Amino acid sequence: MALLEVKNLSISFGGLRAVDGLNLTLEKGMLYGLIGPNGAGKTTVFNMLTGVYKPTFGTFSLDGETLNGKKPAEINQAGIARTFQNIRLFKKLSVLDNVKSGMHNINKYSAFEAIFRLPRYYKAEKEMNEKAMELLSVFELEKEANTLADNLPYGKQRKLEIARALATNPKLLLLDEPAAGMNPSETQELMDTIRFVRDKFDMTVLLIEHDMHLVSGICEQVTVLNFGTELAKGVTKDVLNNPEVIKAYLGD
Amino acid sequence: MGNTVQNNNAPENALKPRKSISPAFRSKLITCGMVVALFIIVEILDGTGNMSNLFSGLLVPICYYVIAALSLNLVVGILGELSLGHGGFMCVGAYASAFFTIATQDIITDVWIRFPLAFLVGGLTAAIFGILIGIPVLRLKGDYLAIVTLAFGEIIKNVVTALYVGIDGNGVHFSTTSTDALNLAEDGKVIIKGALGITGIPKSSNVIVGFVLVMITLIVCLNIIDSRTGRAIMSIRDNRIAAESIGINVTKHKLFVFAISAFFAGLAGTLYSHNLSGLTANTNNFGYNMSITILVIVVLGGIGSMRGSVIAAIILTALPEMLRGFSEYRMLIYAVVLIVMMIVNNNPTIKAKLSMIAPKVLIAKFRNRKKNNVQKGAEG
Amino acid sequence: MEFLSYLISGLSLGSIYALIALGYTMVYGIAKMLNFAHGDIIMVGGFIVFTLCTTLGLDSIWGILGAIVGCTILGVIVEKVAYKPLRSASPLAVLITAIGVSYLLQNLALLIFGSGTKTFTSVVTIPKISLFDDQLVITGETIVTIIVSVIIMVGLVFFVNKTKPGHAMRAVSEDRGAAQLMGINVNATISLTFAIGSALAAVAGILMCSAYPSLTAYTGAMPGIKAFVAAVFGGIGSIPGAMVGGILLGVFESLSRAYISSQLSDAIVFAVLIIILTIKPTGLMGKKISEKV
Repeated sequence: MALLEVKNLSISFGGLRAVDGLNLTLEKGMLYGLIGPNGAGKTTVFNMLTGVYKPTFGTFSLDGETLNGKKPAEINQAGIARTFQNIRLFKKLSVLDNVKSGMHNINKYSAFEAIFRLPRYYKAEKEMNEKAMELLSVFELEKEANTLADNLPYGKQRKLEIARALATNPKLLLLDEPAAGMNPSETQELMDTIRFVRDKFDMTVLLIEHDMHLVSGICEQVTVLNFGTELAKGVTKDVLNNPEVIKAYLGD
Repeated sequence: MGNTVQNNNAPENALKPRKSISPAFRSKLITCGMVVALFIIVEILDGTGNMSNLFSGLLVPICYYVIAALSLNLVVGILGELSLGHGGFMCVGAYASAFFTIATQDIITDVWIRFPLAFLVGGLTAAIFGILIGIPVLRLKGDYLAIVTLAFGEIIKNVVTALYVGIDGNGVHFSTTSTDALNLAEDGKVIIKGALGITGIPKSSNVIVGFVLVMITLIVCLNIIDSRTGRAIMSIRDNRIAAESIGINVTKHKLFVFAISAFFAGLAGTLYSHNLSGLTANTNNFGYNMSITILVIVVLGGIGSMRGSVIAAIILTALPEMLRGFSEYRMLIYAVVLIVMMIVNNNPTIKAKLSMIAPKVLIAKFRNRKKNNVQKGAEG
Repeated sequence: MEFLSYLISGLSLGSIYALIALGYTMVYGIAKMLNFAHGDIIMVGGFIVFTLCTTLGLDSIWGILGAIVGCTILGVIVEKVAYKPLRSASPLAVLITAIGVSYLLQNLALLIFGSGTKTFTSVVTIPKISLFDDQLVITGETIVTIIVSVIIMVGLVFFVNKTKPGHAMRAVSEDRGAAQLMGINVNATISLTFAIGSALAAVAGILMCSAYPSLTAYTGAMPGIKAFVAAVFGGIGSIPGAMVGGILLGVFESLSRAYISSQLSDAIVFAVLIIILTIKPTGLMGKKISEKV
């Protein structure tokens, strides 16, 4: 069975059909790209898959569990984590705490146990610290563990957002323009990291990206959206050579 | 705490557990140590008869202002929501606990049992109100939230001033018109007498009780902040949408903060009402003036800084009293100091100019403090 | 008939709230700050009239002019000295500063005029009207208040929508940065807004003190809070919202005082506010803001 099954997903904003009848199937372990010109509705798809927007109709399910209509927090607990196009970190928290907050539902203890500093508190915090440092080292952020997230350079903020999403222990990771604002060498490095994450954590990744070098470099398959509808889908190389797709990107 | 990995100076600390004191813990230790030291100094001064009546009369007020400021800081600094109704929660706690004390005076004669129970009643009643006001608050943001909390405080003040409550063998009687409308039996007694409030409250509050409560509030607040719950609350403050995206239940945490903050405000109210023999509610004590006084303490102490709240509460409670000598001008001076402090602290140009004049040591100290404060989002 | 008389006094009270609320809402719209000291401008207006007319015995027209000019200048000075340095500061810092200004004005008034209650002599000389065999009595103050408020509101709507400075005000409230780039003098526009708001507060102060003739240093505090509530109720930043909010608040207050409980009328008004905001979180006419993800 496919990990993510999206059927006929659609949403309208005041009569405007932003996404229209999207179908998507992601097998476990896939690196899948969602591409398309600006305003094609890619981020809207992410917002629906994470519960920020409720689809007007259509369904999606993860591992057979139907998730449409659920709240963002519930969807995350079901196994979908994401990053944002405009970075959304917890700016006044340290890098380490940003990652640890991602483990909110993994290493649980009650507020009561925290107030009275019962053994569960120490045990859970210790585990979290270890896991968080391990994650940070994957992204080469361990030296900045105690820096405020706000003080990180841009590229590292993007990485931290991915680390935080991974901390929630998802089955599916949604990356919204992970390479935006990065220079070519940073992008290259990011591609290696994404591949590494997929292999190490056995992750399935769906990503939105404009950088075709990154898309053709790591995505096995892609779907092209244009004006909210699917223009093409299939193996990356074929799709990127499709004349329709080139036309949508470059215009007539 | 010392032998667990808590936070970490260097990353390798977290990987290899080491017996060291984390910055978070050290900060907590300094804050608590400061309070204990102040308490000891006060006790010594008092014991040797070196304290003026004026100052010793200020000790309990300082305690309830510290508690109120700490609890408001949870809402304003940690959750990041502006509340102008904290005085309302204090008022609820003050009335509920005083009512309890008078009603049970003849049944529970031991003050060591009755007084702690009164605190529990004051705190829990306020917490219930905290959750009630938390519900509309969930839908509101920024200034709209501020006005709703302000309205809440005014409602509480207005309602308790119009309330008559008495008890007799048949139970509790309420009225909003007069004592006679209560229809009490022969043996009944009126406890809340409208605008006259509650009279004859035993004066059980003292500086030791106050100190114990300050320590409890401080430790509970600091322990919440430095925990899974605290991180969740601060993540909501910093970015609600991202917090939801990592599975944090925003509703639950907001209500939790409002409830716990109101609970401690209720404790402060209990301390307040048991420090007076007669309790009334008017614009000067429980209106928005009280809420604003507490907010000013939180802001001047540093939003999110618990240690700052303690220090600011002490200074700002003592300051107007210290200025009694200039009695006519004291509130004027207070107002001017407030405006000047806010402008100096928040205007980049003035701040830069000042730092050129100020001695270098002071700046270094200030910078360090600032750095430590932001280091963990909000600590000590 | 009784109902009608309560309704009219509610309208009159509501018009005063609306005038104050307009100042709140305009300042909020332009400077994005809650000017907590706005209510105290009312009190200052009252004291200027009191000093000029009662103490110095001048004609009431001089009192009225003096109050309007005095409050306008005061409003602009307060903005320049206390709020302008804080343009880039957090809203909370500005709020606390405004509270400081409020304390300052109150305590200056206490120092100059003492803590006793002053009896304000009404500036209105129109006699009261009795209708339906004295069953309905409308005081001169009520008539003047309603008429003056209507004129001011119409004038204000015209000013904001049809004049150049009015357009500038709307542009600054929409987007300060963009307005500046379009060559609008943002500082002058903000000063103008404070000047208009304070002048309105002075008028409200004179009308209020004429209708309810006791004057203390704290006279402005409660009406200030209620007008603030009215502004939020109508949707803060919205001029029609402030008018509707103010008038509704006055009518609510008057009717609940008459028919439910005179002691609990404030609580009822505030409770209605909370309920309305819970249902409609940005007030009656406020703009809905949605966050882009």
